[in-house]
Amino acid sequence: MPKLVQFFATRWGIILVGAFIGIFAPLLQKWGNPANMGVCVACFERDIAGALGLHRAAVVQYIRPEIIGFVFGSMIAAYVFKEFRARAGSAPIVRFVLGVFAMIGALVFLGCPWRAALRLAGGDGNAIFGLLGLIAGIWIGTLFLKADYNLGRSQATHTTVGWLLPLTMLGLLALMLIFPQVPGQDKSGILFYSVKGPGSMHAPLAVSLVIGLCIGFLAQRSRFCTMGAIRDFVLFKQTHLLSGFVALVVFAFLTNLVLGQFHPGFEKQPVAHTMSLWNFAGMMLAGLAFALAGGCPGRQLFLAGEGDGDAAIFVMGMIVGAAIAHNFGLASSPDGIGPYGIPAVIIGLLVCFFIGFTMRRKPA
Amino acid sequence: MSTIVDARGLSCPQPVLLTMNEIKRAGKGEIVVLVDTDTSKENVSRAAESKGWILKSVESEGSFYRITIFKD
Repeated sequence: MPKLVQFFATRWGIILVGAFIGIFAPLLQKWGNPANMGVCVACFERDIAGALGLHRAAVVQYIRPEIIGFVFGSMIAAYVFKEFRARAGSAPIVRFVLGVFAMIGALVFLGCPWRAALRLAGGDGNAIFGLLGLIAGIWIGTLFLKADYNLGRSQATHTTVGWLLPLTMLGLLALMLIFPQVPGQDKSGILFYSVKGPGSMHAPLAVSLVIGLCIGFLAQRSRFCTMGAIRDFVLFKQTHLLSGFVALVVFAFLTNLVLGQFHPGFEKQPVAHTMSLWNFAGMMLAGLAFALAGGCPGRQLFLAGEGDGDAAIFVMGMIVGAAIAHNFGLASSPDGIGPYGIPAVIIGLLVCFFIGFTMRRKPA
Repeated sequence: MSTIVDARGLSCPQPVLLTMNEIKRAGKGEIVVLVDTDTSKENVSRAAESKGWILKSVESEGSFYRITIFKD
């Protein structure tokens, strides 16, 4: 066991995890998930918000079992390796707000950092602007970090606190089993199901869940984080996490080639638009929010699985942010940005700057 | 006499940032870093070693870890 623990903390460990996600995300697409969206934490949390009726965008409503798997896979790993530790209380409301704007930024681009990588690996050139925006946002975040920005200390707390998000996920899984999808119908019991669009495209429940569990387990062990990958390189010139992110892109590209899913170009890419400036700006907002919150959307799910109640609040913020984005016309579509996408990005950046500039007290 | 960096309860990348700041300030000697997650333990150890510091000991103190790093 100690050898296995050490392996995942090594460079080969993180590369293995990046490669695993890079191979299985395109496979999930082959098995039913939307194109260049084998795994996308932002899109999938948005679909969950839709399935619960928090927004009524009919094309993006489905409880994504991958998300449930991520949280439980991480929780299992944390318990097996005795790392589960309930903790909370580090500026929860700030984490919620950062989650909201991280999601709004991601939905202006149409994807989280994982999907930006998968879009690139599928040949979508628009992803380049998203990734550049992500780097820019994280770079701004590192300036705040260097200037003593921090969210304050968390406290060890009741185990219950760490269990609430995993239990919520269990509840979502139960809802899927109680109200299963009925072909051709947009509602089953209290759950909404897309009959067309990305929300209608999904791998079989068990496949999605098992792959989600595996990714959650591996990512908890290796601390896989796409935001940390870029942040640590900018801040410390460390390439540890970055090698995992690069492995994801390389293996997703190779898998797409093998599966015939690589289609290079800018126009008519799946679930993407060509407004480069807003691909850049949306992801810049998301990147800054991730950096200020200390993790990419995937990492926040894995942290929540190992007992971090503050990361759980960020996840809730993202789900509510998805509802706001679709209810108020902030989210983009393949036709371009939403009617209120631009002011939302500007307000989001202003809020992040406000948080970054004003939360700079040294931790006591 | 070693200086103590208390990074308990702080989320990424604060423990590494505080350790790096102390490494820069001290230049050499012994630094004790207190962290309370395994992730922070790994990150701080990795960062210190990348700066040529020796990982002298990592002790579990129940709810947190005491990492001692050293450089001549």
